[in-house]
Amino acid sequence: MKHDIFQAIADPTRRAILTLLTIQALTPNVMAEKFDMSRQAVSKHIKVLQQCELIKPEQSGREIHYHFNAKKMQEFDHWLAQLRKNWETQFNQLDQVLSTLK
Amino acid sequence: MNNDLLFDFTVDKAAQTIFITREFNAGLSLVWDAFTKKEILDKWAAPAPMRCETKYLDFKVGGRRFYAMISPGGQERFVLQEYTSITPKTNFKLYNSFADKDENPELPGSAWDHNFNEENGITKVHITIFNESLERMQNLHEGFKIGYTLMLTNLDNLLATLTQQS
Repeated sequence: MKHDIFQAIADPTRRAILTLLTIQALTPNVMAEKFDMSRQAVSKHIKVLQQCELIKPEQSGREIHYHFNAKKMQEFDHWLAQLRKNWETQFNQLDQVLSTLK
Repeated sequence: MNNDLLFDFTVDKAAQTIFITREFNAGLSLVWDAFTKKEILDKWAAPAPMRCETKYLDFKVGGRRFYAMISPGGQERFVLQEYTSITPKTNFKLYNSFADKDENPELPGSAWDHNFNEENGITKVHITIFNESLERMQNLHEGFKIGYTLMLTNLDNLLATLTQQS
């Protein structure tokens, strides 16, 4: 199954990687160094993050730098805001219903 | 509409959970009924301009509610909820999933926990929604969203015109 944003963020290491990437783009080697992890472990996390489009690779010379994809996160936050609004609307409707039932 | 009543909506992305708290200016029994009885649910439990139509609701542990969310254009999206735990007028839990018209659930869904308590005639409801996959839920909503957003834009325009005229 394809990983989604929630699953991607549920992991503390991936959250830390994302936080770091909001500051600067990094190569997998630098990530491995910063988190004291094997290249294989880093690759696994990168794969999950890239699958749900939270990070984007960019080739520069012989190296790949990974960037944080803020747009994807915004898209998701926007949807959550809409969900919040839907609940608010429903509850206001319930206020009306309750006032007629009392 | 009571603007002085508490409404809180928070999302813990790391925990894949949504927390909702809302106060209602009504007694516990009435609010409990509003969340558990088909006739009352259908009056409020879909954000306008959508509406919901409960096909059946069997409020007991293992029982189900099957309902349709209906867009103004008549498009239907079905939801299946199974009650997993009930403590009358205190708490109930359910498992929520989208479904096809023949009640086949589209998994994974989400686990909902509702808590009710009353103080001085005000009833507070806490809802916790744990999503195995919120993004999946987002995708399932997508079809609806396009028509819905378009219509809201229409309404915005209409309101703007009416305001200008007055």
